[in-house]
Amino acid sequence: MSEGAANVAAYVAAQREQAPALPAFGTPSLDASRAQALESLSQLGLPSQRDEDWKYTSTRAITRAAFTPAVAGAPCPREFVSQTTIDGLDAWRLVFADGFWQPELSLLDDLPNGVQISGLGQSLGSEPQRIAALLGSALGQTPHGFIAMNSAFIGDGALIEIAPGTRVDKPIELLFISGCSGEGFLSLPRNLVVMGAGSQAAVIERHVSLADERLLSNSVSELILADNASLNYQSVQQVAPRGFHVGGMFARLGRSARLQATTVTMSGALVRNDALVNLDDEGGFASLDGLYLAFGRSHVDNHTHITHNAPHCVSREHYKGVLGDRGHAVFHGRIVVQPGAQKTDSVQNNQNLLLSADAEIDTKPQLEIYADDVKCAHGATVGQLDETAVFYLMSRGIDRQAARRMLTQAFAADVLNRIELPALRSYLEAQAAQRLSPEQIRESES
Amino acid sequence: MLKISKLTVTVDGKTILNGLDLEVGPGEVHAIMGPNGSGKSTLANVIAGREGYQVTGGSVSFLGQDLLSLAPEKRAREGVFLAFQYPVEIPGVANVYLLKEAVNATRQHRGEEKLDAMDFLKLVREKLKLLQMKEEFLYRSVNEGFSGGEKKRNEIFQMAMLEPRLAVLDETDSGLDIDALKIVADGVNAQRSADRSVILVTHYQRLLDYIVPDRVHVLAGGRIVRSGDKHLALELEAQGYGWVESDPSTVSAA
Repeated sequence: MSEGAANVAAYVAAQREQAPALPAFGTPSLDASRAQALESLSQLGLPSQRDEDWKYTSTRAITRAAFTPAVAGAPCPREFVSQTTIDGLDAWRLVFADGFWQPELSLLDDLPNGVQISGLGQSLGSEPQRIAALLGSALGQTPHGFIAMNSAFIGDGALIEIAPGTRVDKPIELLFISGCSGEGFLSLPRNLVVMGAGSQAAVIERHVSLADERLLSNSVSELILADNASLNYQSVQQVAPRGFHVGGMFARLGRSARLQATTVTMSGALVRNDALVNLDDEGGFASLDGLYLAFGRSHVDNHTHITHNAPHCVSREHYKGVLGDRGHAVFHGRIVVQPGAQKTDSVQNNQNLLLSADAEIDTKPQLEIYADDVKCAHGATVGQLDETAVFYLMSRGIDRQAARRMLTQAFAADVLNRIELPALRSYLEAQAAQRLSPEQIRESES
Repeated sequence: MLKISKLTVTVDGKTILNGLDLEVGPGEVHAIMGPNGSGKSTLANVIAGREGYQVTGGSVSFLGQDLLSLAPEKRAREGVFLAFQYPVEIPGVANVYLLKEAVNATRQHRGEEKLDAMDFLKLVREKLKLLQMKEEFLYRSVNEGFSGGEKKRNEIFQMAMLEPRLAVLDETDSGLDIDALKIVADGVNAQRSADRSVILVTHYQRLLDYIVPDRVHVLAGGRIVRSGDKHLALELEAQGYGWVESDPSTVSAA
C-alpha cells in the first residue's frame, strides 16, 4: 500500500459509511462521480512535499491524525454569527455549520427574480439530475487529493444561480463556520456559482473558526461564467491559529466574461488556496488579487493557475504578503497560454514584505507559453520596509513603531483598496490593522 | 536656537564634516552654500538624525539641549524640521493621514490635546492656501507620482503644518522652475518669524533672491570657510566655487 493510500484510509472508510446518507444518493451520475472521486482519493492520497505543487508546504500537521468528516446537525450559536458579521454589509447571507447550510441563520428574504440562492444539499434533493450535471464542470482534472476528497463527499454547500441578464444589486455572503461539531472535525463544503449570460453578481466566501481548535475545512467552489457574465468573488480566510483550511476556487469563463477575485488570508495554522481559472473563449478577463498575512507560525500557500485557452483574453494577478515572526508563505503562479491563444495579455505580480529574519517566502512564477503573439509579464519582489520611508516619517515626529505600522498597513491596503464593496473593504482594513498591530510588526532582535 | 561646535562626521569611515562651527539665532535665516560634495546635505541629515552618519566629534545644541542624543522623531517634536532634498514617495499613505499623525505626535509631546477632525481640517485648509495647493492633494499618497515641484511644495506645506522652531531646507530649490520656486519661497517667507530659524542649504544663489538670508556661509572641505551677509551669495554666483578649492587659506587643517 502506498503512503498516499495510507493517509486517506480513514477518509475512504468514512465516505463509504456516509455515502448512502449523502443528498441525492442513488442518482446514477452523482453516485458515479462520487465513486470516481473516492477512487482518485485512494490513488492520489493527500499531497506531500514530494508533489511539485506542494514542494514548500508540508501537510504533515494535517495528515498526522485523521479528521472526522462532520455530519449535518451540529448547531452553531446564533450570537457567534452576529459577532462575526461585517458591519454595514447589506447582503443576502447563507450560514454553514461545518459545511452544512443553516437556513434559520441565513438571510434570503425577497430574492429578486432570476436569483436563486440555496443550500446545495436541498437543491440536490429536489433537482438531482440537473445539479449533478453542473457539479464538476469547472473542475477539469483533479489537481490533488484534497479536491478529490471534497468531490467524494459532495453533499452540502451553497448553490447560486443567476439568470441571464440579471444584475444582482446586493452581495451574497457565504459564511462558513468550522468547529460546530467540536475539535478534530472536517468540513467539506462544495459551492456552485452559475452565472447566466450577461449576469452580474458579487459573492463573499468567508471561512471562520468557532474556536481555536484542531480543525480542517476543505472547501471547493466552482464558478461557471457564461458569455458576458461578470462576477466579483471575494474569499476571506479567518482561520483560528490552530485551524487548517484547504480551499479551491475553480472558474470557467465564457466569451467576454469577467471574473474579479480577491483572496484574503488573515490567519490560520495552514491555509492553502488553489485558484484555477480557465479562459475558454475570446475576450475573457480574469483578475486575481490576493493578500496574505503570516505571523506566529502560520503557513499560507497561494497556488494560482490561469489557462488561456482562447485568443484575446486578459489575466491579471496581484498578490501581496506580509510575513512576520516565523510566518511562512508560498506563492506559486502558473500561467498557461495554449496554442492558438494569440493576443493573450497577462501580468502577474507578487510582492512580499518580510518583517522578521525568521519569516520565509517561496515565490515561484511559472509561465508556459505555446502561442507566439502574446504579452506576458511577471515579477516578484521580497523586501523589508523601506528605511528611507521610515526615516521620512520619523523626521515628521512619528515614532519608529508607528512609522513601521503605517508603512506595513499601506503595503497591505494596496490590495484591499481594490475591493469594490465598501463595507467589506473597511472590515478587512480593520481586521488587517488589528493583525498588523505594533506587537505583530515589532522588529525581531538580531 | 542652534549651536554647532567643532562637528566632525564620517560616513563609511570617510570624513565629511571636519570641525564645523555654526550658530543660528532665533528668527534668523542662514544660507549654507558650497560646491558639490562639500558636506551640505550631510549637515542637514545630521541635524535631522538620519542613520548612517557617525558623529566622531563636536556637539550640536538646540534650544539648550543636546540634539544628537535625541531620536529623529523626538527632534521633530522638539521643533526640528528637515525639508528633504529628495522627498520620499510613500504609496498607500495619504498625505492627510501622515499630517494628522505628525501634528498630533508633536502636540502630544508638548502636552497639548490632539486636534479634532474639524480643527485639523481648518488648519490644513489654511496652510494649503499658503502653498496654493488643492484640497484633493490631501487624499493622494505622500509624494507618489508628484512632479519635482509638487514634492518640494509638499515639504514646505508639511513645514507649515508642523510649525517648527528650526527648519532645514535641503536643496529645496533644485528642480524647480521659476513659478514653483516663487510659490515655495513665498511659503517659506510667510513662515518667517522671530522664533523660527531657517537654514537654507543650496548650491545656487537663485533661491536667495526670493528668500533673503541674514547670513551666508560657504561650506568647503567639511567646515565653514567664509561667512558674510547676503552679498556673499552674489559674489559666489559671480565667481563660482573655484576659489574655494584653490585658495590655500580655505584648506582645512589636517
